[in-house]
Amino acid sequence: MLIKKPDDIKPSEITAESVYLRRREFMQLAAGLALTPFIGGGSVEAKTLQSLKFRTGSAYSSKEAMTDFESIATYNNFYEFGTDKTSPAKYAHLLTTSPWSIVIDGEVSKPGKYNLEDILKQHALEERIYRLRCVERWSMVVPWIGFPLADLIKRFSPTSKAKYVAFETLHRPEEMFGQQRSVLNWPYVEGLRMDEAMHPLTILAVGLYGKEMPNQNGAPIRLVVPWKYGFKSIKSIVRISFTEKQPPTSWNISAPSEYGFYSNVNPQVDHPRWSQRKERRIGEFLRRDTLMYNGYAEQVADLYKGMDLKKHF
Amino acid sequence: MLLYYSFLRMDAVPTIKRIFKPTVFILCLLPFAWQVWLLLNDSLGANPIEAFTRHSGEWGLRFLLITLAMSPLRRVLQQAWPLRIRRMLGLYAFFYVCVHLLSYIVLDQFFDWREILADIIKRPFITIGMTAFLLLIPLAVTSNRYMMAKLGKNWQRLHRLVYPIAVCGVVHYFWLVKADYYWPTIYAVILVVLLMWRLPVWCTSPSNKSR
Repeated sequence: MLIKKPDDIKPSEITAESVYLRRREFMQLAAGLALTPFIGGGSVEAKTLQSLKFRTGSAYSSKEAMTDFESIATYNNFYEFGTDKTSPAKYAHLLTTSPWSIVIDGEVSKPGKYNLEDILKQHALEERIYRLRCVERWSMVVPWIGFPLADLIKRFSPTSKAKYVAFETLHRPEEMFGQQRSVLNWPYVEGLRMDEAMHPLTILAVGLYGKEMPNQNGAPIRLVVPWKYGFKSIKSIVRISFTEKQPPTSWNISAPSEYGFYSNVNPQVDHPRWSQRKERRIGEFLRRDTLMYNGYAEQVADLYKGMDLKKHF
Repeated sequence: MLLYYSFLRMDAVPTIKRIFKPTVFILCLLPFAWQVWLLLNDSLGANPIEAFTRHSGEWGLRFLLITLAMSPLRRVLQQAWPLRIRRMLGLYAFFYVCVHLLSYIVLDQFFDWREILADIIKRPFITIGMTAFLLLIPLAVTSNRYMMAKLGKNWQRLHRLVYPIAVCGVVHYFWLVKADYYWPTIYAVILVVLLMWRLPVWCTSPSNKSR
């Protein structure tokens, strides 16, 4: 077997990284199309994820073993790209994430439409390694890159009437083909009580594993609220509104008896159709016990003091 | 009955016995082999247990519907072969439902009987799924010629259980999904068509060959 020394290999013989990546994606897409012949494919354009600058060592970070990047980026609930777990990884590259702007409105002193870059310029990024617990009884540990939502909220100075924060995902059916079927009421909306939004654990994430956010994980900017079920952590945000009344939330509209406004992780309150006592950590065989507030009880239990958690599920 | 025995005799036709049936047997086993292969090669994605359980359940439901399609197919094609492979297809439905159930008990719950029992009692989609499984057992047990002969007319009555079983299977699917009813609806429509097709036969000759 002929083994060439590095300087023997002409640059023209080396497959460019972009081509290599595209080939891989093409293979994945081809495999995807073969397995799911009923869903049309799209054009193939790999997005190379840029590295981000960020601080590490946050006191809020979990010390648990992180879920591998491959799993985090291929096992997603992002119904805008199809309801199959593997669909977002196959089709989210069709989404244009730049330019991107966010509308800030409602009970706020500085409403307006802001470019994402202008918003991000104001914030230093940091790594937050959080547990993520899906309402479907699986969980991951994800190293998010982001900044506290509280910092952003303070900059836009909400008025005294602002009791809640409402979020909205992009509605662009031509790029998010899942939105062409009304599985949920598009656009996807979510909300937090002001004290939940201001909590230091609550972040806006723009990346994971040190790089910018893969589209299927909610690029370019998403919410992460680690003590609530995953669906509360809304992806690809285009609007942040401050409201006096509790805002509507997508899953609550879809099935009010199953998904409440709070949706705090709670092993004692079952989903009407399944138990929430245990969860499967992705990559593990035996199920683990689900922890109260997903293990963040020490930090957030006070927010819900005196509330009947069976009623406000 | 005479018609029925003539089918049995035609079973002896060499091509059917030696080529057609073994081919169908292998084909029906392929989804299982493929899933086991993917599972062992860690190619079922990030949550392989969930994927394996889901796929085996889908195949169980598919085989139930395929089995129910054989009687209409025989009439439409005016050929006997659909009925000759029907028992095998029905047993494959039972096989995939067993794999589905074992996957739930062993891989998903890992013999957590307390949790499994709570699921069966408290979770309607599991209650109805378990009902479908239990109803399938007598059909599988009586699927041999000895039991057919022994039960006589009652055999056919017993095997009409396949209709409520298929309904349970589709309802099980409906009750477990989150928001997206696309695939459960497809299965439901196919089942309704297969049941509707039988209506005229049932109405005109209630005691006759209603299968």
